[in-house]
Amino acid sequence: MGKRVLLIEDEPNIIEAISFILSRDGWTVHTHEDGTTAMDKVLGFPPDMIILDVMLPGRSGFDILRDLRGNELTKDVPVMMLTARGQEKDRELALRLGANHFMTKPFSNTEVRDFVRDLIGV
Amino acid sequence: MPAQQLAGSRIREKRLDRGLRQAAVAETVGISSSYLNLIEHNRRRIGGKLLADIARALDVDPALLSEGADAALLDEMRHAAALLGPDVEVAKAEECAGRYPGWSALIAAQSRRITALQAQVQALNDRMAHDPALAGALHEVISTVSAIRSSSSILVGPEQLDEDWQRRFHQNIHNDSLRLAESSEALISYLQAPDAQAEQAMSAFEQMESWLAQTGFHLSALEGARADVGAFVKASGLSGAPAALLKVHAAQYAKDAAALPLVAFEKACRAHNYDPGAIARETSEPMPRILRRMACLPPQNDHPPMALAVCDAAGVLTFVKPVPGFSMPRAGGACPLWPLFLALSRPGQPIRLEVVLPGVNASRALCYAMATACAPAHFDVPPAVQSIMLVVPDPEVSSGTPQPVGVACRICPRSDCTSRREPAISGVAV
Repeated sequence: MGKRVLLIEDEPNIIEAISFILSRDGWTVHTHEDGTTAMDKVLGFPPDMIILDVMLPGRSGFDILRDLRGNELTKDVPVMMLTARGQEKDRELALRLGANHFMTKPFSNTEVRDFVRDLIGV
Repeated sequence: MPAQQLAGSRIREKRLDRGLRQAAVAETVGISSSYLNLIEHNRRRIGGKLLADIARALDVDPALLSEGADAALLDEMRHAAALLGPDVEVAKAEECAGRYPGWSALIAAQSRRITALQAQVQALNDRMAHDPALAGALHEVISTVSAIRSSSSILVGPEQLDEDWQRRFHQNIHNDSLRLAESSEALISYLQAPDAQAEQAMSAFEQMESWLAQTGFHLSALEGARADVGAFVKASGLSGAPAALLKVHAAQYAKDAAALPLVAFEKACRAHNYDPGAIARETSEPMPRILRRMACLPPQNDHPPMALAVCDAAGVLTFVKPVPGFSMPRAGGACPLWPLFLALSRPGQPIRLEVVLPGVNASRALCYAMATACAPAHFDVPPAVQSIMLVVPDPEVSSGTPQPVGVACRICPRSDCTSRREPAISGVAV
């Protein structure tokens, strides 16, 4: 079984496309659409890396990232932030909170796949 | 001080501007130095040939000496100069306005337009950055485009895709394209909303005041015992923050009107020659109510023009009713010497003070100000303080020693002001 990627994103067709690309690349992909229960999902399915959208229903990706970095079990899990907000201050905030990479939509599939490979260390 | 008397001050200022000695000008026009001195100190009336001769000697238009330039126009020209910086000959503003009134009006109009456009750009900038509706609409468009791009990349990629996946991604792209069409149309409609941009250029306070100005600030619908504030605000056509502010203003207005019925109040104003202190003694109503009521008298009933300004404890203007000759800028900070701000340091103390604006026109105004708590006091809660000021331009009787005030430091020529917070564009330092 390939390494596990958790995709936290609320856009169904983006979920389907990214899941397809990463599954085809050999990863085991789990998805979650709600910000409020995202931490429960992470702790119940410890992933090797997380792709995290910023604008989620219930809770922002920045808040979830803050929790991830403050939790002993998840503080070292690589996180790639994914957002439609490409402002520099958002990028700075994400990196300051401990994101490993920040990618803005619309993204290229190859770029997503390559960064996942890099972040998991393949 | 009548305009005719101020002609002497203008002559003096123009002579000093040109570096001419009093004796030299007097000799040129064939009068004694002492007589010119009396004229310059407004102790002798001047007109006709002598005024024309002095104007010729000073190389200015006689009308500029006899009438001066319009104070409001001069203020606007100085504001325009402030936009460009120190290279503008600010000291020549009045001469320019006198000699070229059309061009000066154009400068003022262009300046107003630039200021309005800057405010509009700022409002649009704020809107782009902070409007949740716009952020949501843009997010929807970008998310949909991302989904389309990602799905289509999979379809055109080099790797073989089975028919089920192909059909699935084709269907996703189709659904997303429909969604994109809808969200794009919604975004365009939102950005093209009529009047939204113009309204955004003004603050909520200014939008409310702009609406009130159409009524002359007198709200006849709220006079009498049956005033319906809710219906009044609804009929105004305002919405959002301006409507909320109007509701607060209207509720206060209705209370004031109930406590001081119009007919009796107008009678008291005339009987006491518009002296708020005397009216307060007769009616036993609090001073802020008297000042608010005086500023909202029906303009058609031949009352003198009266302006009103209200600020909070931070000095932020929360209400301005302007009249010709009285201006108080919202942007950039007003002159701190106005009694409105002085009253904040003496809560509960009514202040009556005559003020004079800078410049040869030297507009005078009689100000009545008072700061009071505007909400009930509670333990451990800082008091909410509000200051209110009624301004009566050109009072008939002068105290003789009016307090110098300005409009704003950037355009104020006073060189000896200890309250100056920034240099003036004319070069006057802090």
